[in-house]
Amino acid sequence: MSKRLFVVFSVLMVVGMLLTACGPKAAAFECTDAVGCLDLAPDEPVHLAYMLTISGATAFLGEDSKGAIEIAMDDRGGQILGHDIVLTGEDSGCNAEGGQTAATKVASDPTIVGVIGTNCSSAATAAIDTISDAGLVMISSSNTAPALTIEGETWKPGYYRVCHTDLFQGAVAAEFAYNELGARTTATIHDGSPYADQLQAVYAKRFVELGGEVTFAGAINVGDTDMRTVLTTVAADGPDVLYFPIFEPEGDFIVAQSSEIAGLENTTLMGADGLLADSFPENAGPNSVGMYLSGPYVVGDAYEAFLAKWDAKFGGVPPSGFHAFAYDGTNIILDAVEAVAVVDEDGTLHIGRQAMRDYMSNLSGYTGLTGALDCTDKDFGEIGTSHGDCATGGALGIFELGQAELDGNWPPPAVYTPGQ
Amino acid sequence: MLKQYFDRFSWVDFFLRVFQLAAVVVIIVGIFNSIGAAKYTSGQWVTLVFAGLAQGSIYALIALGYTLVYGILLMINFAHGDVYMAGAFTAVFLANSMAASGFLATHPVWAVLLLILLAASVSMVLNVVVERVAYRPLRGAPRLVPLITAIGASFTIEYTFRGLYGAEFQSYPIIPALDGQYWNVAGFAIPYTQIVVLVAAILLMAALFFFIERTKIGKAMRAVSEDKEVARLMGIDVDKTIMITFAIGGALAGAAGVFNGIFRPQGVFFFMGFIPGIKAFTAAVLGGIGNIPGAMVGGLFLGVFEAIGPNLILEGLGIPAVNQLRDAFAFTILVLILIFRPQGIFGERLSETKA
Amino acid sequence: MFNTLQEKFPLIQKFALLGGIVAIYLTAVGVVITFSLRNLIGTFVSLGHVFLVLGAVGAGVLIAQQFKDEDDASTYVAGFLTGAMSSVSLILFNIVVQLFVVQASEEGVFHLREMFVNFSPDSLAFLTFGQGFLFGNVLLFFLFGLMGLLGVSFIRLPEKIRRGWINGLIWVFSVGLFSENVSQVIRELFKYSGTSFNKILFTQKALNPVAAIVLFALTFAFGYMGIKTATSQKWAAMPVEKQKTGRIVITVMAVIFVAALPWLVGLFLSQALFIIGMYVMMGLGLNIVVGYAGLLDLGYVAFFAFGAYTMGILTTTGVLGRSDLNFWTALPFAMLVGVLWGVLLGFPVLRMRGDYLAIVTLGFGEIIRILALSNWLAPLGGGAQGVLHIPQPEFFGLSMNSPQAMYYLVVLGAVLAAFVTIRLRDSRLGRQWMAMREDEDVAEAMGINLVQTKLLAFSIGAAFSALAGSIFAARLGNIFPHSFNILISINALALIIVGGLGSIPGVVVGAIILIGLPEMLREFAEYRLLMYGILLIIMMIVKPDGFMPEARRRQEIKDEKDFLTEQAAKSEG
Repeated sequence: MSKRLFVVFSVLMVVGMLLTACGPKAAAFECTDAVGCLDLAPDEPVHLAYMLTISGATAFLGEDSKGAIEIAMDDRGGQILGHDIVLTGEDSGCNAEGGQTAATKVASDPTIVGVIGTNCSSAATAAIDTISDAGLVMISSSNTAPALTIEGETWKPGYYRVCHTDLFQGAVAAEFAYNELGARTTATIHDGSPYADQLQAVYAKRFVELGGEVTFAGAINVGDTDMRTVLTTVAADGPDVLYFPIFEPEGDFIVAQSSEIAGLENTTLMGADGLLADSFPENAGPNSVGMYLSGPYVVGDAYEAFLAKWDAKFGGVPPSGFHAFAYDGTNIILDAVEAVAVVDEDGTLHIGRQAMRDYMSNLSGYTGLTGALDCTDKDFGEIGTSHGDCATGGALGIFELGQAELDGNWPPPAVYTPGQ
Repeated sequence: MLKQYFDRFSWVDFFLRVFQLAAVVVIIVGIFNSIGAAKYTSGQWVTLVFAGLAQGSIYALIALGYTLVYGILLMINFAHGDVYMAGAFTAVFLANSMAASGFLATHPVWAVLLLILLAASVSMVLNVVVERVAYRPLRGAPRLVPLITAIGASFTIEYTFRGLYGAEFQSYPIIPALDGQYWNVAGFAIPYTQIVVLVAAILLMAALFFFIERTKIGKAMRAVSEDKEVARLMGIDVDKTIMITFAIGGALAGAAGVFNGIFRPQGVFFFMGFIPGIKAFTAAVLGGIGNIPGAMVGGLFLGVFEAIGPNLILEGLGIPAVNQLRDAFAFTILVLILIFRPQGIFGERLSETKA
Repeated sequence: MFNTLQEKFPLIQKFALLGGIVAIYLTAVGVVITFSLRNLIGTFVSLGHVFLVLGAVGAGVLIAQQFKDEDDASTYVAGFLTGAMSSVSLILFNIVVQLFVVQASEEGVFHLREMFVNFSPDSLAFLTFGQGFLFGNVLLFFLFGLMGLLGVSFIRLPEKIRRGWINGLIWVFSVGLFSENVSQVIRELFKYSGTSFNKILFTQKALNPVAAIVLFALTFAFGYMGIKTATSQKWAAMPVEKQKTGRIVITVMAVIFVAALPWLVGLFLSQALFIIGMYVMMGLGLNIVVGYAGLLDLGYVAFFAFGAYTMGILTTTGVLGRSDLNFWTALPFAMLVGVLWGVLLGFPVLRMRGDYLAIVTLGFGEIIRILALSNWLAPLGGGAQGVLHIPQPEFFGLSMNSPQAMYYLVVLGAVLAAFVTIRLRDSRLGRQWMAMREDEDVAEAMGINLVQTKLLAFSIGAAFSALAGSIFAARLGNIFPHSFNILISINALALIIVGGLGSIPGVVVGAIILIGLPEMLREFAEYRLLMYGILLIIMMIVKPDGFMPEARRRQEIKDEKDFLTEQAAKSEG
């Protein structure tokens, strides 16, 4: 078999070489970029890739980001500098090995300009080396682990993110609970995902700093259905607020079963962006009325226009809260291409890979759907110096679910934003 | 020679005994500390026990499917949890449209019976199809081979239903007649939903027991599980009997799917059967696999143990966030019980060919 | 001809029904519509089309096999009929979609689309080729008839043409399906001209029509001339000594090929090879436990996790670090920990048999994963945050941070595992294992120390799993508890059984099929596991003994069959 394969390939190769030899010679362009240049002939598209979670329980995150990327491409008429934009993608899943494998696949395609992804921080942690070594830029719409952009932690050149980190969200949730709700005691539940664990830790830390007390730091497992045991433990101390930054369906179970447990009558429930999905109130049932969710908060005419485009293209509303970040991230990459590309007379593009990184690292005062973005280096004091962390923390809010949401209204109204 | 034999065995048994003793001491210390701390009210314990019983009756219904099939074919029907999912997932759509049309509010009993009928028939047909396609061609193949096709069938069913019905989480509607109703007994309030599920499951199990013990088909099933060849010689259609076994197991699993929806409406999706499947298999093994009363007791036992165990035992040992260890705890209990009784609670000591 | 058709009409009906069920299944689960966007050839043949007609083609093949003794004309007519009739299920599907989705009332209580997500207007448009409802369905009917003919052609064409025809179609389909991988290999092989060569072959992921025709013509010619059979005949005709030298040459070439492989296939396929190698290593270890000793272990992932965590904690430069060992010095410890836990977890299950053992080991796997995840043990293993900053191994100052470099490591590990396995199999211990596998009680009566034998099987198996785990940790650089789920145990078990229980080449074949193929078909995303499940069932039914049964086992099976035929002959006589 291999023999025949060889013959087939050699015949085709000879044909191929003959054809290339006849092709037009490329114009002289000298690449001085430190990492390397990507040259695109006039008929070649600008190739973006995504690495999102397409299968499994977190697929709604991938769907959310992917739709926004496509809308960002549509907004430019599918073209940039006279070249078509094409998008291909990899399923990185929500785990480290998926992230790494997806990264090797993206890195082995030299035509890719930039990557939008990943959804989950664990996937990014494993992907970041390969992507960085390949000279690519990668911008994430929902990696919230702080370490990813901290120098000396997992950060590598070429990595950027648009969304806020857990440091922002956890703190905002704690401040809301302590200052606005007047809570003095709290309990937390995480589901064993690095995201939820980190977020509840930041929340608890901030809550204690403000003067409150954490009565119970609990955890459940993904796949658990009976939350009565953990809720009973929570109820033993009767905290003012229960913060559970987890996903569906475990979050549904907690909310629905909370009314069966004696001792939770005066506890306010609060979730996070993992539950900020339009299916949540319906699934969780009437107990969701009066609970709070922390998550990305985006407003404005531009955002309304975006939602209208989403409805026209896919129908309905985006399934999660990170689409606006994915939209901004795509635009930042495309803007970078526009800014750094050297265009020959015949339309050939030369894109310096280091130039892309330089452009993105120096981007500040950018106004996207999610408000002001600033990707320059920042000093976070004892945590370290951050690179490529574009979020300024403005696009965060606390939402209150009411009867209207149970009846199908989405998104819910924001009752608190950190700026207020 | 005899002395050597004796020595070798005594130290293994000795260590197993020490291990058992240590486990018992740890459990007693845990319970003692938890009770001593008096963190929970008796009402809360009762709530947990009844939730555990309702959950356990669902495990038991699924476990019956495992045990029936194991009794006859000596194989683990790994796809059984997904058969349960199929019934529950299909019926959720009917339930929601019945809720939307108001039928569920006006005729709750009929509505639930219809749901059970639909779910049980879907699961039944599916289980029979799985048997026909994935297991029957492999009668007489090495024993691990049907296990692999069962794993294959499990994936196939999960992702078929994902393709058919989508990946979204669905929820059963709340039945108005049962919503917020409590049965007050001795000062404890127990939700009606849990009572209904428990009673219905026990009725089904009793019916099954009667069916196996008293009817002709039941006798045929027992005969086939004793010895297929002899049963064939006695004029029993072995393939048909096996098919009926799968059908009964599937129907019970489908009914369990609806009970699950009554008791815990959320989280109906294509992967919902995997963990209950493993738990039910654990319950079947706990009771003694192949043994029908064993599966029932094993299921209820596992449900209750899971519900109260982490708070009762682990918390007393000073372990933080005990609820995430619940599954680990359930499996540890399984290991401990099997060390005490390698054949399960009700099982007989099986010969090499059967184990 | 009419008579034959009438006589065999029940068969035609049966296969048409079967084909129809396959077609409607693939449509309803959404395979057809999802892959209608994935072009294979140009923009007119998509993978969705292939899935659409699969049932009809299959029905054609089946009916042709039943018409072996009939004349060509009636066979082809029967094929057409079968194919066309199998379209009926899809026509019904179209009617249902038209009535209950497209023309459904807004106010109704029940919307079909809410239940069956793929009963969509898009599916309807695809199935009727965008030609309107009536004409589209007629078109569908005739297309399926033609596909029935195609199925018949696989069986009925004259031998040489048939060979070329099947060969050509398989090649064009495979190159179209694996276009990403093929273009990657081409790019690696011909560094500079590769990209432009790819442009001639492919537009995005689809084969260009001209390239497809050229490829078809070439492979058709090869099949027609029967080069494969000719070569094997030549080989058979060679004298024995020549075959011997030939074998040595082939072995050397194979070794060179395996060594050069990662540099021929690029980054991504090297990563896939790395993963395959890792599973080969685990499969060989599990093979000792399940294949030789007959102990059904469903919790093999536990030892994989122990290896990974030991490596992680010993070498990490992060906060969890316990020592400043490097990869190479930590490796023996990782394996040692694996062995120790093999003994520790093996001990309580010494008295359990068969399926009791299976569920308990499955439980162990889950217990270990949950403990790794728990807040309780987080100070030791990081809990949900996992272990970060695990350095890559260094080889004489070179950091092995690419999949290519790590590939050699897993190949070395796999060769070591294979060597140990072979030596053990042929040793006293190996025979003890197999005796135990056949019958524990008899083995014990023969004086075999069951405790020692079982614990050795568990611990040696565990050592290889731990080795694979530690390499996995070093390659990934970060480990999280959710990586160590039951799917790894299931994969490892499935691959040794698919390959042939107890067989060493079988492990490699099983790993390539069950691990490599899904990696290459990553774009199937959510349908990957569906295909995996169906593949498992089909493979086990077609080859219950695996692709490469162990020689000893093959002999046993053969003996048994001989025995049975002998008996049958006796009872007849």
